[in-house]
Amino acid sequence: MAAIQELMRYIEPHAHMVSRVTDDYLAMTTAGCQAVCEPAFWAGFDRGSAEGFRDYFSLLTEHEPKRAANFRLPHFCWLCINPKESEDTKLADEVLAIIPDFINRPNVLGIGEIGLNKNSRNEISVLEKHVDLARRLNQLILVHTPHLEDKLKGTRLIIDILKNQKQIDPGRVLIDHVEEHTAPLVLEAGFWAGITLYPQSKCTPPRAIDMVERYGSDRLWLNCACDWGASDPLAVPKTALEMRKRGHSDDAIDFLIYRNPCRFLRQSPVFTLS
Amino acid sequence: MTREEALNLYFLDARSKLIDLAAFLDRVERSPGEDDFRLRSFRAALQELSKSEPEKAKAVLLTLSDPTMEPLERATIKGAAGAWPQFKS
Repeated sequence: MAAIQELMRYIEPHAHMVSRVTDDYLAMTTAGCQAVCEPAFWAGFDRGSAEGFRDYFSLLTEHEPKRAANFRLPHFCWLCINPKESEDTKLADEVLAIIPDFINRPNVLGIGEIGLNKNSRNEISVLEKHVDLARRLNQLILVHTPHLEDKLKGTRLIIDILKNQKQIDPGRVLIDHVEEHTAPLVLEAGFWAGITLYPQSKCTPPRAIDMVERYGSDRLWLNCACDWGASDPLAVPKTALEMRKRGHSDDAIDFLIYRNPCRFLRQSPVFTLS
Repeated sequence: MTREEALNLYFLDARSKLIDLAAFLDRVERSPGEDDFRLRSFRAALQELSKSEPEKAKAVLLTLSDPTMEPLERATIKGAAGAWPQFKS
């Protein structure tokens, strides 16, 4: 029985499984994944119409849950138009209009991953509309922060926009892809923060654990954000092993990679694990 | 984790990355041409490593970041370069 209790369990709170092969579901389940959450994202190319998003939202709410269910893995998702496609505000408005058609489907956690990419005025306008939609529909929010040199500015702008919406509870918003220069800004403003583990950009496992040790794990989660780029669907359990190497207890690891994401996600009535 | 334990875990990896950085600079400096904003930012970020301040990773990231708050009028590209094009050393 003791051996069973020592098995690792984790939640993968951010994975773009549409871009991954079925073997990844097998590997994640074998490593102890108890649920996978898939935010809507940029497909690597700009979609030509809102109907393309209708198909994508059907995939996220119908097809992908069935694929995950083959491995007894619960699949949840988030809906939005990604900031990389927000420069076209007419398309964005059309996509925002169809989100309510899908929002009550049984695996939809909320609105995400919204946010900024190049920190443009149109991206900001579309972000504000998403935040307002989440407020009106009483949904959780998952926020993408920009890449590389744009991250600091984008994170500051995002925090300002969210703080300006007085009806948004920071405890129901997770701001993702934080690094050492943005994690304190996010946490001090009362939001949850996500650390994304990528082999070449964003954050490595040792840096992620450094941040956990510096800022505490109370409102943090780890994710792999695996997609069609250089990424690793097993980055979270591998980081757990790195924590173990540093002497973190099994309970501290379980808190960070299982109980903590559950605590945030259970604010949505949709998130239940049998 | 003691300092010795941290060194035991991470020294060889960091040593390898340090040599990679040195080799990267040798490679770039062997190549004809001028430094651009990326290399100027990179050299400035390297200076942060020899300071005694405790938050070196944060300092490097800040050196490579756009420090302004004014939104872009339009996003004409989707990607990022890794350093702020207006950086002045």
